[in-house]
Amino acid sequence: MARISGIDLPNNKRGEIALTYVYGIGYTTAKKIIEFAKIEPNTKVKDWTDEQINGILTYIADHLKVEGELRGEVQSNIKRLQDIGSYRGIRHRKGLPLRGQSTKNNSRTRKGKRKTVANKKKVTK
Amino acid sequence: MGRSIKKGPYVAYKLLKKVSKLNETNKKGVIKTWSRASMLLPDMVGHTFAVHNGNKFIPVYVTENMVGHRLGEFSPTRQFRGHGGNKKK
Repeated sequence: MARISGIDLPNNKRGEIALTYVYGIGYTTAKKIIEFAKIEPNTKVKDWTDEQINGILTYIADHLKVEGELRGEVQSNIKRLQDIGSYRGIRHRKGLPLRGQSTKNNSRTRKGKRKTVANKKKVTK
Repeated sequence: MGRSIKKGPYVAYKLLKKVSKLNETNKKGVIKTWSRASMLLPDMVGHTFAVHNGNKFIPVYVTENMVGHRLGEFSPTRQFRGHGGNKKK
């Protein structure tokens, strides 16, 4: 069992895929790390040696910001936008898209589940 | 996507002149401007701009955190009045 940055990696996955379970590591970064630690990309996590794991840990410590630290950075960036009252900050506060997307329909990722508003009574003739 | 670094940040020439004038005389005054696309520079910290939003001028007091943003970002052009009727009750 390899434990990296407080995350248990899945044992039965190939190394480069397993690394993407860490917040802040995507596929490209994972490949770079694997190369740096001199691990064969197809090796499963359970077959890693301690030395290889140490290689991974040093790479992350030297080059990357992951998990809690990264989440904190993102949050503080959002907080800054909100505090200075910029347009993007206001959109963050309202939970609406920031980059000028249309909000008449869709934008469900930002807006969350649909909130249905009761229909106005139609006039019946 | 971003602007070429070679060109430097965009600031309307007239605006820049007004700011440097205020800086020279060490005065703080409100600068009325329509130039929403102008970027905020470190020189402008502490000044107040009245930024046009298409209807009126919104006062924007520049703090250090705002450097690098553009004036228009602080002067919203739309006002959301809420949905639907039946609000009177």
